[in-house]
Amino acid sequence: MLDIATAYNKYGFLGNEFLTWIWYLVETDQDITALSGSNDPVTFEIGNSISLENNLGDKSKEKITIKGDQAGLEEGTTALKKGAWVTDMNLICKIGEEEYKFSIKGESFNITGLKTPTIDTSASEDEIEGMIIEKSFLITKVINVIDTLFLKFIEKRISEAWKTSDLKAIREWIQS
Amino acid sequence: MGLISSTHSISRYYIDGEFPDGAAEGVRQGLIENAIPEMENEYDEISAGWTPLETPYNPDFQSASFLFGTYFAFSLRIDKKSIPAKLIQKHMAIETEKKKKESGRPFISKNEKAELKEMVVDILMHKTHFIPNIYDVLWDYENKSLILFSTQKAANELFETLFFKSFDHKPIKIFPYTIVEKLGSFSSDQKDRILALSPLNMKGI
Repeated sequence: MLDIATAYNKYGFLGNEFLTWIWYLVETDQDITALSGSNDPVTFEIGNSISLENNLGDKSKEKITIKGDQAGLEEGTTALKKGAWVTDMNLICKIGEEEYKFSIKGESFNITGLKTPTIDTSASEDEIEGMIIEKSFLITKVINVIDTLFLKFIEKRISEAWKTSDLKAIREWIQS
Repeated sequence: MGLISSTHSISRYYIDGEFPDGAAEGVRQGLIENAIPEMENEYDEISAGWTPLETPYNPDFQSASFLFGTYFAFSLRIDKKSIPAKLIQKHMAIETEKKKKESGRPFISKNEKAELKEMVVDILMHKTHFIPNIYDVLWDYENKSLILFSTQKAANELFETLFFKSFDHKPIKIFPYTIVEKLGSFSSDQKDRILALSPLNMKGI
């Protein structure tokens, strides 16, 4: 296993590529349920923020952040055309009837603003164990979907068909 | 309580390792030995340790539970004193004037200034109250997975240090590379191909 700090910096781009792939899956109506291996239907929507970054080569970077509930993502797609990557995005994930909202950062996979389906927090102290278990179950569920999708992305990324199929389709979506 | 609040910020860890006397006992010992002290040293700037999830201001693991279903759940409490820079500046100005009058000189030396600053910070630190911050920890021991309910760098670093000291298990932060390494089931050939990847050029030119 590589040194953790080195690996964090060297392979952070895979997280950014993954988030860009998620955006592509959402925009082109791909079957996310099948990719996530879930028994329940899984769908994603882009939430109320997305950030992109473009390395300009001379150690300078171009950053674009789009925020707002009804914000158009045209500037984001323009940035993708110029070679930018998604570095951070807010997602709405539906697993069966349950809805989860969160922001995820590509390089760290840190999750912020995670809202799970509501649980009953008015229970007595005796029932606190039940609340903790239920909350843990919900958080684990959405994390598992993210991890499974990421591993699926990596599997595709190193496959023989990546360049001729997936990458080609993503490039076509970006240029469309 | 962070774990059952409506919104969460989380960072994740992979935890591998075993306890010679069983996990529950090992975790209990680690929590007791590294619980946040009830009486804090008033001259310290920071005090950190474990505390029960349900009673964060009563760090007594002899009576409080840390086992919920199959999870270990407890909290990291970081009590910190923070002195506003402007307050230090104000007291430095007052003390500098005093020193000048005492010495009869119109200036004070660099060493005197450093000594004064140390004294001012010490006095203010003594007078300032600790501000507690509580970060919940959810450890799924069987699945080697742990969630820290914070994404703050300082909290993550303190957590990693205290966790290793308490349980002798090194927490490995989950991010793209460690997901592949620890959560994936790739063959060594596939891993080599992953390690050889470089950023894509999406423009296709």
